[in-house]
Amino acid sequence: MFSGPSSHTQTVDMVMLYIVGISVILLLGITATMIYFVFKYHRNKGHKPVDIHGNVLLEIIWIAIPTFLVLTMFYFGYMGFAEIRNIPDDALVVKTTARMWAWQFDYANGKQSDTLFVPVNKHIKLEMESADVNHSLYIPAFRIKEDVIAGKVNYLGFKAEEAGIYDIACAEFCGLKHSMMYTAVVALSQDEFDTWLNAAPKDTNTAVTTDSTKVE
Amino acid sequence: MANGTVAVSEKTFYEESTNKYSGILSWLLTTDHKRIGLLYLYTIGGFFLVGVVLGLLMRLELIAPGETIVDAQTYNSLFTLHGVIMIFLFIVPGLPAIFGNFFLPIQLGTNDVAFPRLNLLSWYVYIIGAVLVLISLVLPGGPIDTGWTFYIPYSVRTSTNVSLAIFAAFVLGFSSILTGLNFITTVHRMRAPGMGFFRMPLFIWSLYATAWIQVIATPVIGITILLVILERTFGVGIFDPALGGDPILYQHMFWIYSHPAVYIMILPAMGVVSEILPTFARRTIFGYKAIAYSSLAIAFVGYLVWAHHMFTSGISDTARWIFSLLTFIVALPSGVKVFNWVATLYKGSIDPKPPLLWVLSFIFLFSIGGLTGLVVGSLATDIHLHDTYFVVAHFHYVMFGGTGTIFIAGLYYWFPKMFGRMYNIKWANIAAALYFIAFNMLYFPKFILGYMGMPRRYFDYLPEFTTLQEISTVGSWLMAITIIIIVTNLIHAGLKGKKASANPWGGVTLEWQTTSPPPLHNFNRHVEVNHEPYDFSQLKELEYDSK
Ligand code: HEM
Ligand SMILES: [Cu+2]
Repeated sequence: MFSGPSSHTQTVDMVMLYIVGISVILLLGITATMIYFVFKYHRNKGHKPVDIHGNVLLEIIWIAIPTFLVLTMFYFGYMGFAEIRNIPDDALVVKTTARMWAWQFDYANGKQSDTLFVPVNKHIKLEMESADVNHSLYIPAFRIKEDVIAGKVNYLGFKAEEAGIYDIACAEFCGLKHSMMYTAVVALSQDEFDTWLNAAPKDTNTAVTTDSTKVE
Repeated sequence: MANGTVAVSEKTFYEESTNKYSGILSWLLTTDHKRIGLLYLYTIGGFFLVGVVLGLLMRLELIAPGETIVDAQTYNSLFTLHGVIMIFLFIVPGLPAIFGNFFLPIQLGTNDVAFPRLNLLSWYVYIIGAVLVLISLVLPGGPIDTGWTFYIPYSVRTSTNVSLAIFAAFVLGFSSILTGLNFITTVHRMRAPGMGFFRMPLFIWSLYATAWIQVIATPVIGITILLVILERTFGVGIFDPALGGDPILYQHMFWIYSHPAVYIMILPAMGVVSEILPTFARRTIFGYKAIAYSSLAIAFVGYLVWAHHMFTSGISDTARWIFSLLTFIVALPSGVKVFNWVATLYKGSIDPKPPLLWVLSFIFLFSIGGLTGLVVGSLATDIHLHDTYFVVAHFHYVMFGGTGTIFIAGLYYWFPKMFGRMYNIKWANIAAALYFIAFNMLYFPKFILGYMGMPRRYFDYLPEFTTLQEISTVGSWLMAITIIIIVTNLIHAGLKGKKASANPWGGVTLEWQTTSPPPLHNFNRHVEVNHEPYDFSQLKELEYDSK
């Protein structure tokens, strides 16, 4: 769970573990207490029920503690989010276009591709536009997504820290082939990336498979 | 009104009607809130079963990657219809229209709702809405394929029958508003003498809070739908950027209704839980006022968190953290309720009859739903999990595990009162156990699938997701068997079950202080309230059959 292709993956998994961990403790506590009461105060045991109308102190405790807990969850969640929104100015900008049902990536030198090639250990900034309806660019391995909204430019930042090939999925329903709108991020070393970027032909698509042998 | 003299009658509301007709017409033209509640039970129950069948078909398609039983277009229509039916025809109207109609006047000690004819009209409006949905399926163009959220621009561009289907949702909204108005007025004007607000059962409190959301929030979706129809029909640019509109505006307007609507779905269920627990623990509810106030708190702060459905839509970073913070705060009143419910079992005299078993199941499933809500309320994790199967699991745990479970609990609890007959307890217990297993098998794998990165609304999926999808499908079969057992048991009981006594569980709210089934005017006596709602010291005075 804690090694990932980007440090953000670890951040998200940590936040997840934190929230899920507390949740499991609460869930087990609630369930165990409930089951214990059902057995302990079962009618067959024949004791008289006691009408307890409430307890202000208890009421305060079980508002105060959860309030504290959820505020920490909020805080960690926000910090993890802020991490991907602070994109340095020297990030590599890739213009991204989503359409029914394909992705297109344009680089500053005019190179175009249906697969997202990036150098490792460099901040990437995707400037995303849609040619038709809403889509959403989702890279599960990096734990990130951002919708691609018609008529709007949304951006998404990330940094790949391990060379490899990672799925890109479309996560906003966009019609017939929504579930087939997959492509990939191919993270290469800076040298390999430069070679790819400057290789002719500049405007034809490079199939993932041709390069994948090299990366693996 | 309850405070007149009431004619004493030995007849039940089945034998005596509000109009001069008999047979089917006496039902279709009835203004008796109990009969209207039953009309709703049959229609809403029917649509629930249709929705379940659509769900089962989807699960069958998803048993293996690639095409299994239907093509992609059909799958897209399946999940849209499943969503539309479950939301607009089952879960939103469900508990208020069925149990609210039947029991709100009785629990208040009065003879009907404030506007009985408006009440019947609400049912007809519901039927018209439902028929429109059905018509939209067969007209040329084909069944709607946008998902139940109808996001623009896709919903403006697709050639399927979007306009008619969303117009149906518009019509259904009126049914909801009218029921809400009726309940608010009834609660304010028609409580029996002696029943102050703080002597009302908590089910009434929850219906009251819900009614306010129905009245205040529903018009927003109505307006939004009309704007979409305007856009589709006349090309007026409101939401579609190709026409100069803003698709994010649509998302805001949609969720300004649909988030509060989530509370329309869950609050009445919380009310039913607060009825069942005291009865089977035979002691008063723990923290009556905390539960009552938290219903109102949920109803009002529930308006402030709509944009947590839009964390990845490109709204500003400031908006994102504000809505995330508010979401966490709004989670607290629900937590308070869960703690109070568990505390209600403390030092009770607990009789785990079927309704209580379903409530215990509910507390577990709903807690999972609520706690995973924290996971998607936090920004870092939601960015990953939004629009994946994690969310599909989360909302099924809340809506089905929460409200759906309580729909069944309520049926088991009030069935003897509504029909005057008792079901088979042994089969009800078996169903409760099966349900718990089936539910978790059907939906728990979806949490893992979502975490692994499987997006929702996917007809096809990557091979690595196959095992978990298979487990989920097998769970759906178990769920189907469970539902068949539940329905058969109840139908059999309705036709051939043993006669039920007036108070088979030993409850003390007013519905247990009249005959099963109740007479036309609910009580054969003058009702006056001089106890708090869950005061079990009354039990000695009440006719109570301890068998
Ligand atoms: C046996 C019962 C059920 C089964 C097998 C089932 C199964 C499913 C499946 C497979 C999906 C589609 C997931 C996707 O492709 O994204 C889905 C979506 C959905 N379900 Fe259920 N479900 C059941 C009951 C319910 C209930 C009781 C409710 C509500 C109370 C409900 C509400 C929804 C909603 C709102 C959606 C989203 C539709 C959309 O994406 O537009 N389901 N369900
Ligand atoms: Cu797409």
